[in-house]
Amino acid sequence: MGSHADIDRQVRTYIMVFITLMVLTLITVTISRLHLPVPMAVALALVVATIKGGLVASYFMHLISERKFIYWVLGVTVAFFFFVLLIPLWAHFEPIKV
Amino acid sequence: MEIPYTVAERPDTGLNNGKIGIWLFLASEVMLFGALFATYLMMRTGAAVWPRGDTILNVPLATVNTIVLISSSVTMVMAWASLKRHDFGKFRLFMGITILCGFGFLGIKAFEYAHKFHEGLLPSKNTFLAIYFTLTGLHGLHVIGGMAVNAYLWGPGAKLWKTDPEHFTNRVENSGLFWHFVDLVWIFLFPVLYLL
Repeated sequence: MGSHADIDRQVRTYIMVFITLMVLTLITVTISRLHLPVPMAVALALVVATIKGGLVASYFMHLISERKFIYWVLGVTVAFFFFVLLIPLWAHFEPIKV
Repeated sequence: MEIPYTVAERPDTGLNNGKIGIWLFLASEVMLFGALFATYLMMRTGAAVWPRGDTILNVPLATVNTIVLISSSVTMVMAWASLKRHDFGKFRLFMGITILCGFGFLGIKAFEYAHKFHEGLLPSKNTFLAIYFTLTGLHGLHVIGGMAVNAYLWGPGAKLWKTDPEHFTNRVENSGLFWHFVDLVWIFLFPVLYLL
């Protein structure tokens, strides 16, 4: 990474990612207008958002070619993030009986 | 005393200190927003009825804001790429557009907020509005923070380019990482709050 040719290649990738993100944004809005059942709408919207987030993180934030140290930091963070998200679901499916 | 490893990579991590610092900060930010997303999930799954966001909020405006923020992310990364090409003029142009996009995003958000307040739709009205204002308000503060750093790098902070261009490029990259994170959070906020 670093030569002008490499940077030019990266810039072309950024533009492709930008176009893809725009298309995915339109898909997100279209899905919401289909009035699908709530669980399916939630699942589809989150799948599209995850793809968009993955593109931003991988290419704009250069995670696709990052050092191992960063992957470790993010791996631990993501594990805790999902644990935090599981707590309300756990509470929902196993409520305290009074 | 000079801060070590602002340009050179630390032998043990293979990264400069600025990059490690920004990623650790972003990790804490993931947990901050993660806690609020979990709160949203708990409130939504626990509520007997929950309104669809598009019945209360303005989806076309939020779609425009999504496009503005994604565009600002690409101009931010182009600003960094311009420095890598040693083209300071292009850096100024792309960074300037990024800052303007930030103003555009905040302007649209302010319009949305004003409209909601005018209709009496305040955070105290119901749980949906409380979590909507909390999440978008916190996100808005992050946009303001990112803009402040970008404006510094566009203006007075750009002096560093003349004396230490690599260090300046790294600063722009780190500021960009924060800006992309702000974009990433919005990518999830948009469907969760406005469309579902």
